Amino acid sequence: MAQDNAKLVYDRPEALVDRAHHYCPGCGHGIIHKLLAEIIDDAGIRENTIIVAPVGCSVLAYFYLNVDGCEAAHGRAPAVATGIKRVHGNSKHVLVYQGDGDLLAIGTAETIHAANRGENLTIIFVNNAIYGMTGGQMAPTSLAEQKTKTSPYGRKVADFGQPIRACEMINTLEAPVFIERCAVNSVKNILKTKKALKKAVKNQVEGRGYSFVEILSMCPTGWGIKPVDALKWVEDAMIPYYPLGNFRDR
Amino acid sequence: MYEGLIFAGFGGQGVILSGKLLCIAAMNEGKHVSHIPSYGAEMRGGTANCSVIVSDDEIGSPLVPHPTAAVVLNNPSLIKFEPRLQPGGLLVYNTSLIDVKPQRTDITIVGIDANDLAQAEGSSRAANMIALGLLVKKKPDLCSLDALIKALDKAVSARNKELNDINIACLKKGYQAG
Amino acid sequence: MSEKVLMKGNEALAEAAIIAGCRHYFAYPITPQNEIPAYMALRMPMVEGTFLQAESEIASINMVYGASAAGARVMTSSSSPGISLKQEGISYLAGAELPAVIVNMMRGGPGLGNIAGSQADYFQATKGGGHGDYHIIVLAPGNVQELADLTIRAFDLADEYRIPVMILGDGFLGQMSEPLVLPKPTGKKFDKSSWALSGAKGRDHHIVYSLRLTPEHALEELNIRLQERYAAISEKEILFDTYRADDAEFLLVAFGTSSRLCRNAVNILRKEGIKAGLFRPITLWPFPYDELEKAAEKVRMVLSVEMNAGQMIEDIRLALGKDKDIQSYGKMGGVVPEVDEIVEKVRSYGTR
Repeated sequence: MAQDNAKLVYDRPEALVDRAHHYCPGCGHGIIHKLLAEIIDDAGIRENTIIVAPVGCSVLAYFYLNVDGCEAAHGRAPAVATGIKRVHGNSKHVLVYQGDGDLLAIGTAETIHAANRGENLTIIFVNNAIYGMTGGQMAPTSLAEQKTKTSPYGRKVADFGQPIRACEMINTLEAPVFIERCAVNSVKNILKTKKALKKAVKNQVEGRGYSFVEILSMCPTGWGIKPVDALKWVEDAMIPYYPLGNFRDR
Repeated sequence: MYEGLIFAGFGGQGVILSGKLLCIAAMNEGKHVSHIPSYGAEMRGGTANCSVIVSDDEIGSPLVPHPTAAVVLNNPSLIKFEPRLQPGGLLVYNTSLIDVKPQRTDITIVGIDANDLAQAEGSSRAANMIALGLLVKKKPDLCSLDALIKALDKAVSARNKELNDINIACLKKGYQAG
Repeated sequence: MSEKVLMKGNEALAEAAIIAGCRHYFAYPITPQNEIPAYMALRMPMVEGTFLQAESEIASINMVYGASAAGARVMTSSSSPGISLKQEGISYLAGAELPAVIVNMMRGGPGLGNIAGSQADYFQATKGGGHGDYHIIVLAPGNVQELADLTIRAFDLADEYRIPVMILGDGFLGQMSEPLVLPKPTGKKFDKSSWALSGAKGRDHHIVYSLRLTPEHALEELNIRLQERYAAISEKEILFDTYRADDAEFLLVAFGTSSRLCRNAVNILRKEGIKAGLFRPITLWPFPYDELEKAAEKVRMVLSVEMNAGQMIEDIRLALGKDKDIQSYGKMGGVVPEVDEIVEKVRSYGTR
């Protein structure tokens, strides 16, 4: 048979559950989930990993990743993860997956203080400049003049302030060991994201402390544009305001 | 018997400790006891007090709005608690530091030079023990002097245990003065 | 360890939690329960436990959620305004079927209120407080000994039923010192391996969650399961106490600190030949409806004595219906009811 000579060059990672996900076409979450699953597999930590999912589009992340999972109330993922980590210590690896509303609006206090304590966690911050799950409302990271359901005339800086840059803010704290901003809008950027996530997970496994990876991601549905245009919008609109790169690597 | 007591002074005079010591001593002699300090914003500004109940029966409210006896170690405490004493109550006050004269005529008033007597035994910090010794002499139902001395080990924190010899001397001295 | 010691309520509770095997405690300071975090900060390192002062009440209850999801015995404590902040987390604990012990040393409200003891959070504790169709077990200790004993029980109840358990004390109970004999651990073991998060090794992955959007994870099904559990708890876990109530014509009903005053009042009334008695619910949820009904069968009047405007009286009415004369005596804003006033209330009724 032909298959006898076939060589398996690509397979679904063991850490990814074989089920259809609910994400929209062109959404970045699927890419990021797969990167995480590959990293978990490569590191051989699937059986010792716990993911904390936020409230937001990725609330169901625990159904897609074949690791133990925990839901957290909106914004509370770093606190929930702290509780889990303090029980298991470094024998278990806790990945904290959060969106922009979760991490930078309702959960700002939890974000800052978990970072400041240097909790040995890996924070995966998906920034798509919009509230996706609730239908496209303004996020703390929505760009100036960006039109959303709750900023129909564009985000007015005078009323709502400038979008918050998470990496730069976290970078003012002493404890974090790794801070990097990446994007998943191109193959090149996806590969860089994988590298950063890998480092952020490795840091935790080695007990080095708090790692923070911000990922600029696409929400074509929330932005009201085509998936292909969404890739470009990340490049042309988001990256100029949210510069990619490593902020800290100790 | 039922005695509702107030111990009052400024922070550092050991009024909370006096109350605890009495409670432990009375507890060990089979009495029902309760102790509740003033707390939170009430204790800011340097004054401290605690309410202590010693009773043959189970204790209801731990609060003592109208004490049967009060031990006051500074001026503000005298001003605050003298009016609250029950008629026939006992006021023990520290004449070393209190220059206000108690006014009531329907209560028993006993002044004692607590700081100076304690200083003579080695530390004015034990003025509270002088006053407590005097109190149990005047109110023998509360507990025995011996029970107080025995309770010192439990009531005093480890870092202050070195003062216990002075505390014992002061309890005895206060008792004898009563 | 059967020696009688004098301990402050807050500290007795904290030590009892450690005796019960609690090794994780997360909280935020608030008067009048500050001795609990202070005690835990001192004590937890000695038993290789975790004390973490969180950035907020909200963070602390969510740390509790995480630690519970990981299978640990965990506790948080606060007082009224802080407990309001924890309600979100309590609802999530209920929805995710997680055990936890939550202490509320109630203070006067509403708003910032004051720091005196109060019982004004009865509704919040027993009727919900957070969103959704859920209950938590609410235990109301009446003295420092019981505070410690019920803390031990709270952990067992939480684990047995996978439910948050609240110890509903008040500022007076937390602040006062009384003699007690420290309780012993019950030694009960609870197997959490079928749901706790410990890594998906040799088993399917565990998920702790309450979001249920699809038929395969139906929310109605979760709710039915919760309600069945609440029914079982109501059946088996009612606690109450009576004092001189057997032949009582006048039945005082009170919990916690106010029940202590009622006990004194009963003794005074009995000396006057007035047949007064006390019924004291210890579990406020589940409320001892049937037991109260039985105790009140022959009484002329029931007096609910509370440190609030009259909240438990609604449950008393549910238990006794409209035929019974049910009176209320409550003091609000952190004021303690006066024994004399309780006595007078009964005395004047008895002679009319």
